[in-house]
Amino acid sequence: MNEILSLKNIAFTYVPDQPEVKNAVEDVSFAVNEGEWIAIVGHNGSGKSTLARIINGLLFPQQGSVSVLGQPMNEENLWDIRSQMGMVFQNPDNQFVGATVQDDVAFALENNGVPYEEMVERVHEALAQVKMTDFLDNEPQHLSGGQKQRVAIAGALALRPRILILDEATSMLDPQGRAEVLATVMKLREETGLTVLSITHDLEEAMLADRLLFMNGGRKFAEGTPQQIFDLGDELVKLGLDLPFPIKMAKLLQQQGVALEGGYMTEEELVNDIWISNFKK
Amino acid sequence: MGKMIFGRFLPGDSVVHKMDPRAKLLFVFIFIVAVFLANNAWSYAVLLAFTFLVMTISKIKLRYLINGLKPIMILLVFTLFIHIFFTKGGAVLVDWKFIEIHEEGLRQGIFISIRFLVLVFMTSILTLTTSPIAITDGMEMLLNPLKKVKLPVHELALMMSIALRFIPTLMDETDKIMKAQMARGSDMTSGPIKERIKAVVPLLVPLFVSAFKRAEDLATAMEVRGYRGGEGRTRYRQLKWNLRDTLALVVLVLVIGLLVFLRN
Amino acid sequence: MDIELQKVSYSYGVGTPFEKRALFDVDLLIPSGSYQAIIGHTGSGKSTILQHLNALLKPTEGTVRIGDAIIEHKKKPKDLRPVRQKVGIVFQFPEHQLFEETVLKDIMFGPMNFGVDEKEAEARARTMSKLVGLPDNVLEKSPFDLSGGQMRRVAIAGVLAMKPDVIVLDEPTAGLDPRGRKEIMDLFYQLYEEQNLTMILVTHSMEDAARYADRIAIMYNGRCVLTGAPLEIFGDAEKLAEFRLEVPHIIQFQKRLEARLGFSLPKLCLREEELAETLAAALKERER
Repeated sequence: MNEILSLKNIAFTYVPDQPEVKNAVEDVSFAVNEGEWIAIVGHNGSGKSTLARIINGLLFPQQGSVSVLGQPMNEENLWDIRSQMGMVFQNPDNQFVGATVQDDVAFALENNGVPYEEMVERVHEALAQVKMTDFLDNEPQHLSGGQKQRVAIAGALALRPRILILDEATSMLDPQGRAEVLATVMKLREETGLTVLSITHDLEEAMLADRLLFMNGGRKFAEGTPQQIFDLGDELVKLGLDLPFPIKMAKLLQQQGVALEGGYMTEEELVNDIWISNFKK
Repeated sequence: MGKMIFGRFLPGDSVVHKMDPRAKLLFVFIFIVAVFLANNAWSYAVLLAFTFLVMTISKIKLRYLINGLKPIMILLVFTLFIHIFFTKGGAVLVDWKFIEIHEEGLRQGIFISIRFLVLVFMTSILTLTTSPIAITDGMEMLLNPLKKVKLPVHELALMMSIALRFIPTLMDETDKIMKAQMARGSDMTSGPIKERIKAVVPLLVPLFVSAFKRAEDLATAMEVRGYRGGEGRTRYRQLKWNLRDTLALVVLVLVIGLLVFLRN
Repeated sequence: MDIELQKVSYSYGVGTPFEKRALFDVDLLIPSGSYQAIIGHTGSGKSTILQHLNALLKPTEGTVRIGDAIIEHKKKPKDLRPVRQKVGIVFQFPEHQLFEETVLKDIMFGPMNFGVDEKEAEARARTMSKLVGLPDNVLEKSPFDLSGGQMRRVAIAGVLAMKPDVIVLDEPTAGLDPRGRKEIMDLFYQLYEEQNLTMILVTHSMEDAARYADRIAIMYNGRCVLTGAPLEIFGDAEKLAEFRLEVPHIIQFQKRLEARLGFSLPKLCLREEELAETLAAALKERER
């Protein structure tokens, strides 16, 4: 497998002149393979958003290195590397630069000097990918939060990046908006094999990932498949995360003395387990 | 404030709506200068007729213009009266107690009102038929030659377009914060002036805090999408100059010719 | 204190080409002491209703009764402060309303506007900040130096310090992480139970409504289309689907489980703990 992004021993502080203040990120290493969906989870203040900014070169770590496609990031290749990474932020309003949907999608293309004819083609292509073609000329104030975030994704896609970074991109949306955005990202992955890195405290979003990175207090607390991470159970709850519904429910049932096998991620599996463990003996 | 239309954009599909913003801007600038050519009844009549013609073509209702421009209309009526009562000269038309209306006063009052009216109508038609962003584009293109004298045209245009883009967002925000503070018992709509001024602080502080936060977020988002100044950028918004744009300017030139012919 | 909306309609921008109707003939009674959830998608009119609950908006048609105060379009309002003091609103992202130099002063802002003297306001601020779980050492800090979660608590304390009889919550947990979300919702529920308040939760979360509310109203396209007890409303999946809403997760799960097991539990459950207990009891019953 092709390694697309790797972080080695990253340490970062916002206040380098105050050594007594704890680092915002401390000794974090991980790698992302091409085509993978990786989620960085953790409660607010766990250092996950700082990490996203380091990956994108918005912040430079005091220690450690970030490599994208095997190239260590530095000030010279920063802009090149950035054009390989699309990024969508939390607040749908504060990242909408253009006057209308199509202007906003074109913004990154304009910045990179793409010729007009190609821009038109790419803008339409990107908007089709997020199903926003009908809103070409809409102004942001006439769009819902979910629609704005889809436009932001299109804006990132227009540059045809290798990685899409979602920095809490669904946390300010209503359930409908969240579902829209996640469905869009899933479809994109299916069709293009895009690498996705999502930073989130939303469980549904985290469970879609192939691999989770669990941050706590600026450090990597655990890494693994969603199954492995959620098997940590109470430890997660203690550190401010919730458990997915089937796992939470199973625990409550076990406390009530209901016999269960455990170890599942979906409701279907839980329902089956209740059935098998209690009736098929 | 909701009823005020000065400076607002009303989407539509008239020929005027479809014109190139550069043509519309040029048209209005030239028209503003041309207004001052008129100096007699005939020339003012031409101005007025021409303005109503443009209004009809742009499919904007007179009633709507008058309603939406009420505050400006009041100003207009006020100037009219000032002239009627205080400008002396010519035959005395009315002489009743201390009121004395002179022919010259009436004439002046009407002329100045017409001048004012056509100026306001014409600029309102421009903004009503042209989206703010198109106006910005038009300005940027018209001002482009000034880049040679180091005027940061691109930066100014980008600033303006971002400001325009955020006006509705900030208006919304203002409304929300105002409501939140009103719910906490602060009241900036009634009470003595001193109290009201004090009540502005709880509105302005959060508004500034949020505006700065937005600015910071926006700068980050722009950087991530590769913005590093105007150098080497291409343009997505293209303007297209059509035959109708040339025609509009030709018609304007003819009207100016007529004005020159009629004036004395 | 009851709040009652009678045939309430509201339009934004009346008399301009931008006029837009947001509410149509809404009837809604919120009795004193209830925990009312108002559920709807973005654009359903729920935030317009919210602003009627303490006279931030006056209905274009119809009547809003808040305790003894009658709010109508025609009537020139007298002093609305008594109404606003009794109905506190925690807006979405309430931290955006903070402005004072210190946390303490910000919490005191509301009560002092309603004529509470400084000493009493400060005493209330201290009590409330403890109640919402703020550490003592933040009171003298600037609210802008706090974390997002703490700022939210400051804003909530600011509303509580007004000692309202009714608290209106507008998506109070938006943007919080799961722990913060649960803490805040539990805090309001505790207040509701201990202090005999009326709670009105305006939300799009079926989960929160199921867990906390005892009365539900569903908003759809500016109309109040369903009202009733949670079990009545959430039991009818087809009806909810008409309004593009889903049955809460927990009920979906129970139905699925019942279909698999081939028998029904004695009751529909709205809380996970309740469901676990009911199911365990039912399973024991079967074994016998």
